Amino acid sequence: MVLDLKIDVKKEENIPVIILNGEVDIYTYPKLSEALDKVIKDGSQSMILNLEKVNYMDSTGLGAIAAGANKLSQFGGHMNIICNQPQVKKIFKVSGLMKKNLSIFDEKDEALAKAKQKTK
Amino acid sequence: MADSTKIEIKIPNQSEYVGVVRLAISGIANRMNFSVEDIEDIKIAVSEASANAVRYAYTNTKIGYIDITCIPEKDQLEIIIKDSGIGFDLKNPHKPKKQKEEVPNLGLGLVFMQSLMDKVNMSSAPNKGTTVHLIKKVPSLSLKSKN
Repeated sequence: MVLDLKIDVKKEENIPVIILNGEVDIYTYPKLSEALDKVIKDGSQSMILNLEKVNYMDSTGLGAIAAGANKLSQFGGHMNIICNQPQVKKIFKVSGLMKKNLSIFDEKDEALAKAKQKTK
Repeated sequence: MADSTKIEIKIPNQSEYVGVVRLAISGIANRMNFSVEDIEDIKIAVSEASANAVRYAYTNTKIGYIDITCIPEKDQLEIIIKDSGIGFDLKNPHKPKKQKEEVPNLGLGLVFMQSLMDKVNMSSAPNKGTTVHLIKKVPSLSLKSKN
């Protein structure tokens, strides 16, 4: 179990993908916020946030994601999230964030398809 | 009458130690008959309470401590998160003082605690600190291991 957060940013079919590995909490969230800000500043209208390897997240992580989604939506963009960890999906449900300006998918292909729609 | 077993952890009000509390609590819960989902729920609830203490309990110029007490019993796990910081009026909670950095959390800490635990009690008063009691019931009465 890792008490830290590793972040990789890459592009798939010209869409920025932020891949998280580890835990998102009050200590590690600044790394996520920084990565989101950079992608948004680079002018991306669509992006994917991959949470497949996140083994812990709480309201601080949700807050960072919501802030990023809000900023992205101000530029007409949309955040697509890959999340198949039951516990992480659960906190999205409890928070009600699933109804806001982001979409959550179980599979990468679905998220990529949605992200490509936005860039057309 | 025998006292309950207690496990006590004391951390400074620094965000890097909230994860340490999570690890310790999950280790304790793992010794009881909780499911994986229950343990994850407990971790989140304790993290939320601890993170709130880190964020709000002490002024930016002061190092304070947060006491976490775990009381595992046959039918429940009780966790008490206590600080001796600035506290607040529960009947009239005000917006906390601006912190060094704006930590996003959507104000969902208490919502998560109440959704994920079986009982949540909070007590606080201005300048008298805050105490959060969390209780999670064990699904069955059998314990995984005995002394």
